Amino acid sequence: MDTTALRRDIARRKTKDAIFAVAGLAATLVGLITLLALLIDLAIDGVGRINPMFLSNFPSRFPDKAGILSAWVGTAVVMLVTALSAVPLGVAAGVYLEEYAPKNRLTALIEINIANLAGVPSIVYGLMALGIFVYKLNLGQSVITAGLTLALLILPIVIMATRESIRAIPASIREAAFAVGATKWQMVRHHIIPYSAGGILTGVIIGLSRAIGESAPLITVGALTFIAFLPPAPVTGGFPFINFEWLKSPYTVLPIQLFNWVSRPQKAFHLNAAAAGLVLMTMTLAMNGVAIAIRYRFRKRIKW
Amino acid sequence: METQTEEKVTPFTRIFLAKKRKESLSSDGEKGAALSPLPPLPPRSSTRGFRRFQEKSIQFLLFLAAASSIAITLGIVWILAYESFGFFRHVPFWDFITDRQWTPLFDDAHYGIRPLVTGTLVVATVALTLALPVGTITAIYLSEYAPHRVREIVKPFLELLTAVPTVVFGYFALLFVTPLLQKLIPSLPGFNMLSAGLVVGVMIIPYVSSLSEDAMRAVPMHLREASYAMGATRFQTSLRVVTPAAFSGIASAYVLAFSRAIGETMVVAIAAGMQPSLTVNPLEPAATITAYIVQVALGDLPHGSVGYQTIFAAGLTLMLMTLVFNVAGHLLRKKFREVY
Repeated sequence: MDTTALRRDIARRKTKDAIFAVAGLAATLVGLITLLALLIDLAIDGVGRINPMFLSNFPSRFPDKAGILSAWVGTAVVMLVTALSAVPLGVAAGVYLEEYAPKNRLTALIEINIANLAGVPSIVYGLMALGIFVYKLNLGQSVITAGLTLALLILPIVIMATRESIRAIPASIREAAFAVGATKWQMVRHHIIPYSAGGILTGVIIGLSRAIGESAPLITVGALTFIAFLPPAPVTGGFPFINFEWLKSPYTVLPIQLFNWVSRPQKAFHLNAAAAGLVLMTMTLAMNGVAIAIRYRFRKRIKW
Repeated sequence: METQTEEKVTPFTRIFLAKKRKESLSSDGEKGAALSPLPPLPPRSSTRGFRRFQEKSIQFLLFLAAASSIAITLGIVWILAYESFGFFRHVPFWDFITDRQWTPLFDDAHYGIRPLVTGTLVVATVALTLALPVGTITAIYLSEYAPHRVREIVKPFLELLTAVPTVVFGYFALLFVTPLLQKLIPSLPGFNMLSAGLVVGVMIIPYVSSLSEDAMRAVPMHLREASYAMGATRFQTSLRVVTPAAFSGIASAYVLAFSRAIGETMVVAIAAGMQPSLTVNPLEPAATITAYIVQVALGDLPHGSVGYQTIFAAGLTLMLMTLVFNVAGHLLRKKFREVY
């Protein structure tokens, strides 16, 4: 092979390389541009419907009077149940697997199982909740059923976040605690949990932001689409000041309200759907932003 | 010389006092005359026993929390199997897999799962045809080509795609992508599998790109350096060195993407229509397994009826499809796994 042929060969390879670089950039932009198009589309359609009335009205047959009051209140109470059940359970499971679990078959089984649960389609969780929570445990089509269903759905996320941030704590911290006579639980409570709190919080927020947009499992457990009342307040004026009636109340949530509106043929309802989508997106993006900020802060502050 | 202690007596104070006593002994020379007895320790067996009990019970509680994940799996498997068992007492299994129609809620009821399975597979195929190449190329670009700063900025934004609620994607598919496609293909119906599949595809790009990129970045640098030293371009290195070395991780990403694509519910329920029909043409509307479950759940079916049981049989089919692909992916990974 003479030099000119070699040069030509090299040039051809370099062209290929450059072409691939452009293709790579283009492929990266596919995702980003779609995200941008989606946000702009939602904003153009929905922003005109966003006003105080939209947030404080119940759904209605008349598109311009319809609002998302019952939907966002429903979302808030369901998320409360989800957080209160998924966080203790997930953190406890994560702590067990990192700090306590012996290396045996059972532990391996639990670990594989959690990894697989993360890949189970969300609607299957809905079917399980329909069979077990709604009918076997007789919880009915209520806020508590919805909250528990979503809690199971985000449990793997919380467990994995907990484990990851516990794993980042160096062994010297544990040894120091044991050296001054701490028991295992004292070590976990006073050192492991506080130091991993940032990572756990990030995972919890990301999990909740997943749960907030989830609608398929809630449709199967019977979220209603037309709710023109609010669940009873959890705090009452008279004795005993707190009641749990709200747990048994029927509910709707933002994504389901959105689904209901988008399934209707009238264009005016589609605008409502876009506005609800905008509210939902704002909540999700805000939660993700907070999670990123927390992660960044903790990463900067803690240096082992 | 005093050995008065008002504080709590612990083993440490006792050691300290004993030491002091010894010192005073050697300096004075007198034998034990001025010494007061050491303060007694509090009885310790009870606190220690309590603490041991506390430790054990906490460990047990934490174990229960971890084991609850197994209970969830058992719950899923049990309820799907239990209700499907009831279903198959009414419907012969042979009809379930051979009948060409799925009309369980009509008077003339047919229970052939094939239309739903084909619908699911068509949407998944469209989605993966988009997501796998785009996701993989994105991963190669971000891991091998992009400057550090670009990667740090682009990756979180791509991952935001997974944070977008799926109903919002459904809205986008029905009211933005479908009208756009109708300009290219005027005969396209308002509900179709193509637009649903494309949007599901974009949705799962980050699953492919993030996991593949992590796998590629884990490939040791010396492999790349060896390749560059032989005069290979970046393109050749990424295609022939990095990608094969990261194959195991890329395969996991593909399997996860497939699971997401067939399990995706709201986008297809909104944009692909709810009519089960046995077609492999993505330009037509058809229901997927998940869309059927949503459709039935939106209605009001009595608990225990055959109609109610159909959604569990459909869910079981979905789980089995996911399982088959997960096992296939696992075997594939095992076969091509490269260890450095």
